[in-house]
Amino acid sequence: MFVSGELERIERKVFSGERLTREDGELLFACNELSWLGVLADYVRKKVCGERVYYNVNCHVNLTNICAARCKFCAFGRGVDDKGAYAMTIDDAIKLVTEASGDPHLSGLHIVSGLHPTWTFEHYLSFVEILHEKFPRLHIKGFTGVEVQHFANISGLSVEEILIRLKAAGLEAIAGGGAEILTDRVRNMLCPKKATADQWLNVARTAHRLGIKTNASMLYGHIETLAERVEHLIRLRELQDETGGFQTFICFPFLPKNTALEKTIKQTTMWDDLRTMAISRLMLDNFPNIKAYWVMLTVPVAQVALSFGANDIDGTIHHENILHDAGATSPRRLDEDEIIKIIREAGRVPYVTGGI
Amino acid sequence: MDSLQRAKEKISLGTRLERDDILALYEDNDLLYLAEAARHFKEAKTGKKIFYTVNRHINLTNVCKSNCPLCAYQCRSGDNRAFTLELDDVKKILRSAAQVSEVHIVSSLHPDKDFAYYVDAVKLTKKILPHVGINAFTPVEVVNFAKISGKTIAAVLSELISAGVTSLAGGGAEILSDRVREIICPKKCSAAEWLKVMRTAHRLGLRTNASMMFGHVETIAERIDHLLTLRDLQDETGGFVAMMLFPFHPANTELGKRFDLRGVGSWENLKMLALSRLTLDNFAHFKAFWVMLTLPIAQLALNFGADDLDGTLGEEKIIHAAGAKGSAAITRETLERIIVEAGYQPIERDSFYNEI
Repeated sequence: MFVSGELERIERKVFSGERLTREDGELLFACNELSWLGVLADYVRKKVCGERVYYNVNCHVNLTNICAARCKFCAFGRGVDDKGAYAMTIDDAIKLVTEASGDPHLSGLHIVSGLHPTWTFEHYLSFVEILHEKFPRLHIKGFTGVEVQHFANISGLSVEEILIRLKAAGLEAIAGGGAEILTDRVRNMLCPKKATADQWLNVARTAHRLGIKTNASMLYGHIETLAERVEHLIRLRELQDETGGFQTFICFPFLPKNTALEKTIKQTTMWDDLRTMAISRLMLDNFPNIKAYWVMLTVPVAQVALSFGANDIDGTIHHENILHDAGATSPRRLDEDEIIKIIREAGRVPYVTGGI
Repeated sequence: MDSLQRAKEKISLGTRLERDDILALYEDNDLLYLAEAARHFKEAKTGKKIFYTVNRHINLTNVCKSNCPLCAYQCRSGDNRAFTLELDDVKKILRSAAQVSEVHIVSSLHPDKDFAYYVDAVKLTKKILPHVGINAFTPVEVVNFAKISGKTIAAVLSELISAGVTSLAGGGAEILSDRVREIICPKKCSAAEWLKVMRTAHRLGLRTNASMMFGHVETIAERIDHLLTLRDLQDETGGFVAMMLFPFHPANTELGKRFDLRGVGSWENLKMLALSRLTLDNFAHFKAFWVMLTLPIAQLALNFGADDLDGTLGEEKIIHAAGAKGSAAITRETLERIIVEAGYQPIERDSFYNEI
């Protein structure tokens, strides 16, 4: 194509299906050949997952925003007495899901929440049990590696024990959040009170061993270096080599508004978002799915991201809270026919999933 | 060789595309191929330069006798949104715009104002800001001036030139097909009249821009014919400076309501940009009009053949009335930052792409 030297060498590797190294990843971040990156990522996407674009009709359930971790990049977490702090009762959660069930296509719940300082593991667990009992048809994906580690800490149970009990209660998959950047340097600065990089990976590894699928993510565009983004991707790739249990990777551009970093960090641009998406697809050669999460990217950028390696656009969501607290400008929900239109305009085939 | 291969062959040889080629590329829907091809086409013409201008939009009035179904801006004189600037108002705006290098004046077709009103606005602009470019009036307005003054198109244009207009605006072209115009803007000048104004202006040495408004009731064939019509006139006169695309914003328009139009996605916007750039091989410059595209997509458009981000704008009213989400003005620093991030060199320009 239109590149030379080192980039041409990487291009040949991609077209011959050879794995990219850490150095290759760093070179990709250093180059500024956006549409070339798109072409490579689109080539791999076609090979790995064809023309289907997945979406789901889902409902986000955020049980509480009261959180003991209070990470610097978060605009959602509150102290118990803070303005806007809330904690759902079981009835609140049932009411929310009942309302979302007004859409006959609703097929999945996505449950992620703050680390409430006084809630017990049993309390969190009871939400899963009751929602599963009341809505047995709905696929329940819930809790990130950070929450699972927190449950282990507060209950004295092992991560494995926690996962077994969640699964028994009706949980089918673990959410991909909380990975942030999997290096201790970054975590010590931004989120010292939550699961370490190794703990996060350990939850995913244990879940995979128990047959629970999980997602993975990367929160980028804050204090991490580009080399740390590559490091993050390689750590995920290594674990995926070992277990094969990751289903989907999601890029989260950091939204600084209303966070402790608001004054020092500027929001990423679409340029950075698309290249990060493309490079993730190229580095994560063993991940089946890469998601363009429209809430963060905005709908127009998420649509274009479908040609930068993405094959999933997330779902209707029903009512998004976490990122709207951080100033997300996208709508809080999307209609299913809007999602279908976006995918079709991109020349791809919309395919509804059960809730991954 | 099938028609798509033939089209790609022509692009690689730099041969002019014909109707069948353009249609084949459109239907192929390979966004990144079009991006790469259009980007190389752009870089062959203007290298790594991306232009912008520090300009000020002045909309003299929104009271309009044309009442086009496509428009969310116009209203009747009794409406509570109605405004009409008098010369004193214009003076105030101009006094606050001392730093600009271009003033852009476009307005509705006021039912009572005479030609002298518009001429006086130009004269005033020239008097207060003698060194700035005055890019003013679309052919639709020029045809209206001829009607209300009883003068010929050539006489109207000559008078505008003497008053200080340095180039004509490119709007009002919509889709140059009388079938389409009958639906979207039945009282506006015809396709032939629009072209006649442009041809006459070019003959008088007055350069102009050109545009296309798409994503409403037109067919793809009509879009392509529109582009070919502009290309033919440019072959004849060479008087067009820059081309821009306006995706139709349906919010608050009668047309949007009547046909339940949703507006095209970012995919279609970028695809049409690249395809138009490749088709209009005799146009030197292509704008990515960020007000319509939003800033992130306008930045991405720099990889799809655009070489101009237009201006800082001051206050834009027409497109915002139709629900445009791009904010009403941005700073020079913001424009320069997104150009540099895209790997290009920001160049401040005047109306004729002379570097400032």
